[in-house]
Amino acid sequence: MSALLTLDNLTVTYDRHPAVHHVSGFFRAGSLTAIAGPNGAGKSTLMKAIMGELRPAEGRLQHRLTRSDFGYLPQAADINRRFPISVLDTVLLGAWRHTGAFKANGARESRRADEALAAVGLGGFERRPIGSLSAGQFQRVLFARLLLQDAKVILLDEPFTAIDARTTEDLLGIVARWHGEGRTVIAVLHDLEQVRTHFPETLLLARECIAWGPTAEVMSADKLLKARMMAERWDDGAGVCEPQAGSTLPGASRSPKPSISGPAA
Amino acid sequence: MSAYDLLIAPFADYGFMRRALVACLCLALGSGPIGVFLMLRRMSLMGDAMSHAVLPGAAIGYLVAGSLSLTAMGIGGLIAGLSVALLSGVVSRSTVLQEDASFASFYLASLALGVLIVSLRGSNIDLLHVLFGTILAIDGPALALIGGITSVTLLTLAIVYRPLVAECFDPGFLRAVGGRGPVYHALFLLLVVLNMVASFQALGTLMAVGLMMLPAAIAQLWARSLTAMMALAAAAAAVSGYVGLIASYHLELASGPTIIMTAAVIYGFSILFSPSGFARRLFPRPHLAG
Repeated sequence: MSALLTLDNLTVTYDRHPAVHHVSGFFRAGSLTAIAGPNGAGKSTLMKAIMGELRPAEGRLQHRLTRSDFGYLPQAADINRRFPISVLDTVLLGAWRHTGAFKANGARESRRADEALAAVGLGGFERRPIGSLSAGQFQRVLFARLLLQDAKVILLDEPFTAIDARTTEDLLGIVARWHGEGRTVIAVLHDLEQVRTHFPETLLLARECIAWGPTAEVMSADKLLKARMMAERWDDGAGVCEPQAGSTLPGASRSPKPSISGPAA
Repeated sequence: MSAYDLLIAPFADYGFMRRALVACLCLALGSGPIGVFLMLRRMSLMGDAMSHAVLPGAAIGYLVAGSLSLTAMGIGGLIAGLSVALLSGVVSRSTVLQEDASFASFYLASLALGVLIVSLRGSNIDLLHVLFGTILAIDGPALALIGGITSVTLLTLAIVYRPLVAECFDPGFLRAVGGRGPVYHALFLLLVVLNMVASFQALGTLMAVGLMMLPAAIAQLWARSLTAMMALAAAAAAVSGYVGLIASYHLELASGPTIIMTAAVIYGFSILFSPSGFARRLFPRPHLAG
């Protein structure tokens, strides 16, 4: 299988402080990858960069996808949970690619919305206002909307944080279904056990790429330790760009070593 | 006094009362739904700020036209309101100031400038009219302007309904699907300013948002769905307009404030007796039937 999404020496900064530092590698089409790493490792930043919400300070992101090929579930989404909208209408927003801003939802969209709600275990909730849902139920609604989006690449940013075990299990089932359908799924995860059990590939991030490849190899004790050390060390001198930072790693593509320069000079 | 004398005669007898009533009903239809969206976007106070921002433009229009010409003041107000909205948007995007902070700064400057301009030339009576409106002095052309603004508002809302809802509810999603959220946000702000200009003529700059925010708050206390909320807001605004005009006629009160007070009374009633109100909290219905 081929590279669907290539990171070429990608560096993203906030106020010149690197949050993602010289990361190179690629996501294969149809791969199921977890992005793991300590707090402040740049996991969410990388997701935002892939979605085009943050512009790289250096390096590039290469793909031949359009915006509607992506489905994105941000962490702590900026959603107004008290908005008077029903579960069904929320899920139907996922049909945006077909309906756009103005076209009406047809019978096809309604049928698919019903199927999506059934798939996430919320059949019969169509008319309920979203304000009456629990956090877990609401996350199910957002997954149903993603189902409707029918995206080639699905980005999930900590989708199971503060979600009950039962819901997590069901939603992991949906992730597995996407993987089975040949979609590319990239998820930021906290729970290392979840990563080991459900995700064949892992990108271990601590501002720079510690390791990227098959989960069993990446999640070794020494690499995890290194990730934690890197994250702590970098908090002090995060403004400085270190020469060895751009070296490529197992699983990463062999891109030429980046030139050494300060971030966003 | 018969019911006819009480409820209908004022409008049958006097043209200015009829025009005021039609103006109120138009304002209610447009401002009600707009107010609901403003409130759901947590921009209630920003709407208030915006109404003050309209003042200097209206004042300049007043100076240029030389009299209380509603059209000239309306155009001036539209330009001033939009400039403040856009400028504060730019400031909040390019500095550390949040949008509400930059809005507050701009509207204060705007209000001060407006009062200065009016006091430069006009009398205190003029200033009072600018600040509190002259709903009983609305003439044919002004009525046409208000009706036109209402029609444009309802039509635009109907067309951009889905993206507007998406932008209010989940702006991140709209961004992710490439839905051009800022365009709809700007369009919505334009509608807000347009409705401000319309109600500015009737209720003055200090209470122009009265028929926008109070009915919206009332609607949110009673309704659960967005469509019901918008319908209810429009209805509450219309009732306030009618009852306010009747009351101001019989009790010889100033019309604008009476209309807003009527809305405020309905609001107070709703706070007490709506499903989420105080009464239900003090006397909860038993969990078990019977």
